[in-house]
Amino acid sequence: MMENYRKNILTPSRVITLSLIMLGVLALVTAASLALGTADVSLKDILEILTGTAPKDDPARLIILRIRLPRILLAGLVGFALSVGGVVFQAILRNPLADPFILGVSSGSAFGAVIAIALGLGFSLGVPVLSFAGALFTIYLVMAIGSRKIGMESSTILLTGVIINAFFTAIIMSFISVSSDDRLHTMLFWLYGDLSQGKYGQLLIIAPFIIVSSIILFAFSRDLNIITTGEENAAQLGVEVEWVKKVSLVIVSLIMGLVVAFSGLIGFVGLIVPHLARMAFGSDHRVLIPAASIGGAIFLIAADTLARTIISPSELPVGVITAFMGAPFFIILLKKRGSQWIRS
Amino acid sequence: MRLDNIGFHYGKEWSLMGIDLSLRSGEILGILGPNGSGKSTLLKIMDGIINPIEGEISIDNRPFRDIKRSEFARQVAMVAQENHFRFSFTAAEVALMGRYPHLRRLQFEGIRDMEIAFNALKSTQTLHLADRSIHDLSEGEKQRVFIARALAQEPRIILLDEPTSFLDLKFKREIFMLISTLCREKDISVALVSHDIDLTAQYCHRVVMLKNGQVHAEGPPDEVITVANIEKVYECPVTVDMNPTSGRPRVSII
Repeated sequence: MMENYRKNILTPSRVITLSLIMLGVLALVTAASLALGTADVSLKDILEILTGTAPKDDPARLIILRIRLPRILLAGLVGFALSVGGVVFQAILRNPLADPFILGVSSGSAFGAVIAIALGLGFSLGVPVLSFAGALFTIYLVMAIGSRKIGMESSTILLTGVIINAFFTAIIMSFISVSSDDRLHTMLFWLYGDLSQGKYGQLLIIAPFIIVSSIILFAFSRDLNIITTGEENAAQLGVEVEWVKKVSLVIVSLIMGLVVAFSGLIGFVGLIVPHLARMAFGSDHRVLIPAASIGGAIFLIAADTLARTIISPSELPVGVITAFMGAPFFIILLKKRGSQWIRS
Repeated sequence: MRLDNIGFHYGKEWSLMGIDLSLRSGEILGILGPNGSGKSTLLKIMDGIINPIEGEISIDNRPFRDIKRSEFARQVAMVAQENHFRFSFTAAEVALMGRYPHLRRLQFEGIRDMEIAFNALKSTQTLHLADRSIHDLSEGEKQRVFIARALAQEPRIILLDEPTSFLDLKFKREIFMLISTLCREKDISVALVSHDIDLTAQYCHRVVMLKNGQVHAEGPPDEVITVANIEKVYECPVTVDMNPTSGRPRVSII
């Protein structure tokens, strides 16, 4: 009896095994993505380029190392971060439909970034900092407007997100409409999520933040598990609810700010991936956070590969691809389970 | 647990005033009173979820405000009236959540924790539900899983808010039998809020009757559950006779 009971309980080895399997899939997807593109490069050439045995003047070397690889790494990191953000928002707002994009956090953060760009601040410090401030401010707004007295009712929070999103998008559009023509294409692309500007320098800035933040959030896994069952419930079990909420929301704002500053608005990743992970592995955040984060990296690399190959040699903003997948997904979720979630 | 002169109000009106109460080890205390008499508020104060505006509440002479939330959760467990789970957890996972206050941040549940949760599910007869999602259980089954979670906390005090409201006769009886056994064998104290005066009379050692946020009567069931008290507190005409098996008072509405 006891043996039977124990076999379904989460253990560290299960978390590690699952993470390793998913990392394996991530490696495969990365390899496939490196090989796919307008210019044909064979897997054998890629291997030679990556191991440094290819001739230095090989044009494929430039494509792989200077263009595709940084872009794929950025896609991976951004997908990873967006999914972790989605998981944490969903847990803390106790709302399975929460996602940084839907809640308006992404556009709040973009608003911060646009102001920084308008002020002429640089991408190495000014843009990410204001972008972080924008994310934090939006989260504060959503929590304050959506949760006062109404007990964080799901529909109120989603509506608050929609309104905030609309407002910030309007401000961003007004900035864009007065900007010069030559920057219009870049800005529009950025507004729909653009990973093509991936550079190793940026990766070095955001990678440590995203990885360390995710580890801290992972350390809150059990607290988040219990917070999803209700704040009062969590307090009864000894969770320092306010502290956990504050720390994790600040951390999520930080990574959202960074992600938006370097990749623009990519929607629905934080909705689709955590949801699939939850369906596959259950609601325990100790498995959900690793599964969703690595899954997010896989998903966004795949989506971005699609974005740059589907109308090759031209390309689509990756946010268009994720929105094409995400919007129907959201509607299906709402139809299937909405009644259960929207009512308190 | 001792409550001294506890007062609390949500808005302008006091919902609790001048409550003096103690919970002794190994006893079952029933909290009775009509809707809005302050029962649930009192229970939340006893659970440290809300702080009293007046008065002091303590365990072993240590005021609540000096006790950390996680330490408190090792002493006191609460079974709320309703739980809304947005995400799907299995009954086994819910029971294991009771081990939260006993574990360090990055610690996974060990064999001992699993045994405790396993035994908790067994004693609430929910072991067969262990792998089912909490969403797929009936209200009565859920209630018993939450009692299992409280047991897994290994507390000295268990607070229950309407523990039997969703249960049929068989499980009502079983929950109260379980509570009695826990008090007797493990020296756990129980305070429960209930609308079921008869069951409260039958299983509780002591009863408190609240009216408008104040203690109207307190003492053994046969002293508190009287026609005079009930007609005054509940504003409903009743007769009270003796339950032939338990010898405790039994209330009938006229």
